[in-house]
Amino acid sequence: MKQENVCTACEEKLGTPEQEARLKALIEECKSTPGCLMHILQEAQGIYGYLPMQVQKTIAEGLGISLSEVYGVVTFYSQFSLTPKGKNRISVCLGTACYVKGSDKILAEVEKELGIKCGECTEDGLFSIDSCRCVGACGLAPVMMVGEEVYGKLTPDMVHGILEQHREENK
Amino acid sequence: MANVNLKINNIPVTVPEGTTILEAARLAHIEIPTLCYLKDVACVGSCRMCLVEATGARGLVAACVYPVAEGMEVQTNTPKCRKSRKTSLELLLSKHKKKCLSCERNHNCELQRLSAEYGADEDRFEGETLEHPLDLSAPYVVRDRDKCINCNRCVAACQKQHVGAIGPIGRGYNVHIGSAFEMSLMESVCVGCGQCIVACPVGALKERTTVDEVWDAIQNTQKKVVFFTAPSVRATLGEAFGLPVGTNVEGKMVAAIRRLGNVEVFNMDVTADLTIMEEATELLNRIQNKGTLPMFTSCCPGWVKFVEQKYPEMIPNLSTCKSPQEMFGGLLKTYYCEKNGIDPKDLYVVSVIPCTAKKYECHRPEMNGEVDAAITTRELARMIKTAGIRFTELPDEEFDNPFAICSGGGTIFGATGGVMEAALRVAARALDGKFEVVDFPEVRGTLPIKEATYKIAGKTVRVAVANGLANAAEIIEGVKNGTRQYDFIEIMACPGGCVNGGGQPTLPDSIRNSVELKELRAAALYRSDKENKVRRSSDSPVIDTIYAEYFGSPNSHKAHEVLHTSYKADKRI
Repeated sequence: MKQENVCTACEEKLGTPEQEARLKALIEECKSTPGCLMHILQEAQGIYGYLPMQVQKTIAEGLGISLSEVYGVVTFYSQFSLTPKGKNRISVCLGTACYVKGSDKILAEVEKELGIKCGECTEDGLFSIDSCRCVGACGLAPVMMVGEEVYGKLTPDMVHGILEQHREENK
Repeated sequence: MANVNLKINNIPVTVPEGTTILEAARLAHIEIPTLCYLKDVACVGSCRMCLVEATGARGLVAACVYPVAEGMEVQTNTPKCRKSRKTSLELLLSKHKKKCLSCERNHNCELQRLSAEYGADEDRFEGETLEHPLDLSAPYVVRDRDKCINCNRCVAACQKQHVGAIGPIGRGYNVHIGSAFEMSLMESVCVGCGQCIVACPVGALKERTTVDEVWDAIQNTQKKVVFFTAPSVRATLGEAFGLPVGTNVEGKMVAAIRRLGNVEVFNMDVTADLTIMEEATELLNRIQNKGTLPMFTSCCPGWVKFVEQKYPEMIPNLSTCKSPQEMFGGLLKTYYCEKNGIDPKDLYVVSVIPCTAKKYECHRPEMNGEVDAAITTRELARMIKTAGIRFTELPDEEFDNPFAICSGGGTIFGATGGVMEAALRVAARALDGKFEVVDFPEVRGTLPIKEATYKIAGKTVRVAVANGLANAAEIIEGVKNGTRQYDFIEIMACPGGCVNGGGQPTLPDSIRNSVELKELRAAALYRSDKENKVRRSSDSPVIDTIYAEYFGSPNSHKAHEVLHTSYKADKRI
């Protein structure tokens, strides 16, 4: 799942006309395939960055299922988010190996550096922080990801530089 | 289908292939405990109460979903089974709000009964006991999340209704039942049918009671209090007093209400007759004047809310007739008050209904509060018990005049197909003055969708009957895409109709799983219909008087003012 842009739409709208067109085309394309809900939700999160109410309502109506069923799936899987994510999604691994190697201190440093808590998004929409359980790079513990990039063998003093680098890229 | 031979607790049983262990055990007169299973509603094998030992299986298996096999030997009562069930109960009890004494379901709670039977210790595990506020958003139902055991029977009932207002939210220990985005029930797509309440094994769902207001009105000497009881209540109230399912307790019910205080007791079957007069006339007018067809019945407020929220484009197809409850409210606050010189403000109208949606209905602004309180069959039973009335010992008494006598057509309103049959009796006679037939067996019974075509006086009338909102949705989709063509369609939101309404006595799964509830309760109404000398609503002397003294004729201007209503689109997803 690749996140492409950030939705700044309010709950009533379906984002930009382009996002809306993509979501509707996606539902149309998949709706006759049994068990397509997970796939649609993943793709929709790729389009919007998260799954706001209006997007879930559109999916429910398109598939002829209830909103509570869609919401039940969204809240069951931790990969889905109900809140907007930053342009750069930070994911700090708190899996066993990383945790033993002090990833809690990495997370605390990221939170301190950005002034937000895990699960939140910065006001400028540039960064959001989440934790995850193992990215499969235990040899590099402690690990965090920013977007699709993996940073390993981290120490708290490396955090500032990494975030600065992403700030620069987005200027 | 081939038969399978097996032994359950060493008792030989022969059952058709595909039968579950749970169903087979019942044939051997063995009860296996369940919590998440409910016949016709839910079967997922998640509560682990029905675990049994079966040859050929590794570990314990869930009897409600495990199919039998040739030569299988099942043991349902081993130490291993008992220990597992007891532990499951103790885990459920660890975070259950154990306020049993004041709980509505005290003595009628499946968790309580099983805990007692298995000697479960409610304090063995200390669970996280967070207090969540009650959902009091709706005027018809109260949800208490802290009593919920996540059996998902309410979710299954709601999904089976094609409503889907509630579902499981979250994961693991945090799973709870609720509406999407934690909306309150009133904000959700809930239609108020109350099928979740009668499916709930514990006290997590109950009606929003108005019993205290009714007691206050009875005590208030400034108020004249009148009760009227819906057709199906007489067929179910006895269950709350230990009488067998399907016992008609009309006479005792009237006697009991009369003993609650200085009240009069009327028969809602009378306004069921009135509904038929108005609805049949409206249908014939629509057919003659090429009005919007097919016409849907509108006596079920859960169904009306479903149309307004999910299919607002079908609103023109709904009959404009109020439900019998609201017709009675209107009739009492106009005709009855005028006739008896009563200020409508001093008349307190209580309807006894099998339904939670009717509680919501009397709050609709266009109903002008004509019904002051709507109480369910369960609430009436509670009032009778509180008043210390020994129900089963009461004599049979008659309803009060002038709203005592009804036709058999009014009585069968409480079962799926009943409104249709009553309407056909009147419409057929209107079209053909010599039409004698009063029985229309094609529209009776609990099939999900019933269809029939009648030729009356050279006219063809195509009808359909659906019970349960999923079947109603199927009919609507068919009407919209042209694959289903009818003139008149009866819909009742609850499976089986009002006899199985969300306000009816909550029976434990041990009864619901083994008895044909809908059929037995409906049979009581059809027996009453058959015994009635007056079968056709238009032949009822009370109906004659009401039209002669007040409305003139069906669909008259005055009838439209008092007995008809309008609907509002309220599209929800």
